[in-house]
Amino acid sequence: MLKIKRVPTVVSNYQKDEAADESVGCGRNCLGACCINGARLPLYACKNLEKTGAGEKLVLSHEAKEPPVAFLESLVLGEWEDRFQRGLFRYDVTACETKVIPGKYGFVAQLNEGRHLKKRPTEFRVDKVLQSFDGNKFNFTKVGQEELLFQFEAGEDGEVQFFPCMPIDPENSPSVVAINVSPIEYGHVLLIPRVLDCLPQRIDHKSLLLALHMAAEAANPYFRLGYNSLGAFATINHLHFQAYYLAMPFPLEKAPSKKMITTVKSVKISELPSYPVRSLLFEGGNSMKDLSDTVSDACVCLQNNNIPFNILISDCGRQIFLMPQCYAEKQALGEVSPEVLETQVNPAVWEISGHMVLKRKKDYEGASEENAWRLLAEASLSEERFKEVNDLIFEAIGCSNQEEEPEGTIVHQQNPSGSVNQKSNRTHGGPITNGTASECLVLQ
Amino acid sequence: MSITESSESVFTTEEEESFSARYSLWIKEALDELPHNFTITDPFIPGHPIVFASPGFLKMSGYSREEVIGRNGRAFQGPKTNRRSVMEIREAIREERPVQVSILNYRKSGSPFWMLFHMIPVFGKSDGKVIHFVAVQVPISGQEHHRKMRNGSGLSGDMSDYSEMMFGSCRREVCFGHLVHQDRALPVEFDEQELENWEHCEASESEKLRAAEAISNVLSVLTRYSEFSGRLVCGKRYCLRGADCLSSSLVISLGRIKQSFVLTNPCLPDMPIVYASDAFLTLTGYKRQEVLGQNCRFLSGVDTDSSVLYEMKECILEGQPCTVQILNYSNRKDKSTFWNLLHISPVRNASGKTAYFVGVQVEASCRNTESKELRPETRQLSVVGAVRVAVRSSFMVTC
Repeated sequence: MLKIKRVPTVVSNYQKDEAADESVGCGRNCLGACCINGARLPLYACKNLEKTGAGEKLVLSHEAKEPPVAFLESLVLGEWEDRFQRGLFRYDVTACETKVIPGKYGFVAQLNEGRHLKKRPTEFRVDKVLQSFDGNKFNFTKVGQEELLFQFEAGEDGEVQFFPCMPIDPENSPSVVAINVSPIEYGHVLLIPRVLDCLPQRIDHKSLLLALHMAAEAANPYFRLGYNSLGAFATINHLHFQAYYLAMPFPLEKAPSKKMITTVKSVKISELPSYPVRSLLFEGGNSMKDLSDTVSDACVCLQNNNIPFNILISDCGRQIFLMPQCYAEKQALGEVSPEVLETQVNPAVWEISGHMVLKRKKDYEGASEENAWRLLAEASLSEERFKEVNDLIFEAIGCSNQEEEPEGTIVHQQNPSGSVNQKSNRTHGGPITNGTASECLVLQ
Repeated sequence: MSITESSESVFTTEEEESFSARYSLWIKEALDELPHNFTITDPFIPGHPIVFASPGFLKMSGYSREEVIGRNGRAFQGPKTNRRSVMEIREAIREERPVQVSILNYRKSGSPFWMLFHMIPVFGKSDGKVIHFVAVQVPISGQEHHRKMRNGSGLSGDMSDYSEMMFGSCRREVCFGHLVHQDRALPVEFDEQELENWEHCEASESEKLRAAEAISNVLSVLTRYSEFSGRLVCGKRYCLRGADCLSSSLVISLGRIKQSFVLTNPCLPDMPIVYASDAFLTLTGYKRQEVLGQNCRFLSGVDTDSSVLYEMKECILEGQPCTVQILNYSNRKDKSTFWNLLHISPVRNASGKTAYFVGVQVEASCRNTESKELRPETRQLSVVGAVRVAVRSSFMVTC
């Protein structure tokens, strides 16, 4: 079993050190059975994509002027600012110094000395991407209701629906948006699909589509959603996406892309040949659901093959980056260079996208493109392994990647779970468990 | 794509003033005589609208001048406009720097066309402030693709040998065969559906040169006419922006916020207003020039409770947010007073220092209690949030 020690991020004020007694009855207005009765929260139901026409039409703003702040954006910002002024955050993130690192890529560095204080390093198992939900550990049913901003759902109607004060229905587990009390930028929130269903951190088709809906309805290219799998720096094994505002492009978004294939549903898949972390970019598709489903198929494939990964949802849900990575595994095996390790920066989705949250002043002051690059390069799969992983993905989404052949050689077969051919020689970022894929699956 | 007949086709005074404030008479006539396709936009008017469109541009796009003035350049984009180019233009505006990029735009008829978009900021010589952006559009003729295809290995649709880098050669999804037989009349007879499917279209060197030439011609007219007015503009930034002057990107971001608010700068003597939203001007009845540079006290009058003013002052000194209800005096026709539910918060820049205070006004009598809307308090705080995001990032410019 591979483990690393790290200081877990405190995302909720109710997140105690693991040793702390969690068994106490409540009285803190959480989401458990003890407190849920009578709980109310605004409900935002987004437009039904099918009813408003094609996905592209929906996300594309046909505004003739700079589009005004969208309703969902107002809701997120207004509720977040309210929690900020009520003092629910551990620190004022707008007081954290931040800058663009000079260079070609424009990595963004932030000095955040408060994020990791007051917390003991904890052991994290990093060699299993799928682990079953453990109700004894911290999860989002334990957060206080004041940390929740609103309920979010994919609506039935062609119009947005908003109910300022909607009872939480425990029978019909709502998806909720909550604050992250250790924000890394303004508006840092968590989207927790069907929070009461206690889903483990694992991509499923419905949940990823929900995240895409949120990106589209927020209608601001500077509001992205991110996802970390277990083994790729997720700290809480309870399904969640993160999101925040940073009104500038991420280096990952600016990286030149090279097209690999287009699927039957017109989803274009590209690689980023000059980015330090080998990644796939998914865009296009006949509808947002097509795009989302293709990425979900790819993620399910990575999960079943026990390959840790991160996701960035960009450009209002039009672009999705998928980054398989192996940093934690290398760290557990003692193969990460000491200088990189010393900075204690964990390359999760935001860092991989180019937003570096640094814990030490000296790292912030000495931040250089070279250092950022070195950290990210450690997280990347090797070229050889990336190719193998791509083959697995393309097989899973029903596309064989035969670059030599002209367009139109798209394989019309659906192969959702896929037979998996694993190489036995383990390279960096290779399958952690030898053997068949089914052995890696954790069934609940 | 979305420009439709609009009742407000008359130029607003702001768009007129955008020119008259900087240039001498007949500037528009002089620009009209230039043969190039170009637009001029003013980032300091909310919505970053087009304030001038050349006859060539109107002819190319199929719109009338009335339909174009007051619109944002994004109006010409459509469903297949390449997102990367949109991002590059957005970033160039944010960083107040030139950009040259090909982009798929749409005519009034809905037909798509590729063009080379070359944009530069025009600065005030004395204050370093961006006055306008000039954007030249050169249609890409397609001659270049022709040549590139001939050089390629197969013309029958096997495209795999081509570099498919976004910034590499011109390519499209399906096949090139069709295009090869076309010659000089390409832009007219071209199958437009095909054009949309191109991922990228590289302009030829001569087109790039033409764009740069056009930029320089427009710039020289602007410079000449600004000399006459004594408020010089130039293509290079000669000095850093003054403290009372916001970056154009910040102003563009703030322009998206449709509620009543002002920004004041606590680092300047008497904490003057440095930004006022359109809704603030509507609420108070003042013009923008009348409030910029002023301290907010002009809103108070004889019946304004001085203890509330004192409370506000204390909060500002301590750098704390506060919400008060205060009687304000408007400059509206009836000179009426109104109860202002005012929220004030300090706003930090990228270095974490307080750069501004934001004041968000809600007229107490107009409080919307409609159940399907956000609570007024949430709406008010959402302005604070949007301002924080805009200010924090506007100080994170690379150049």
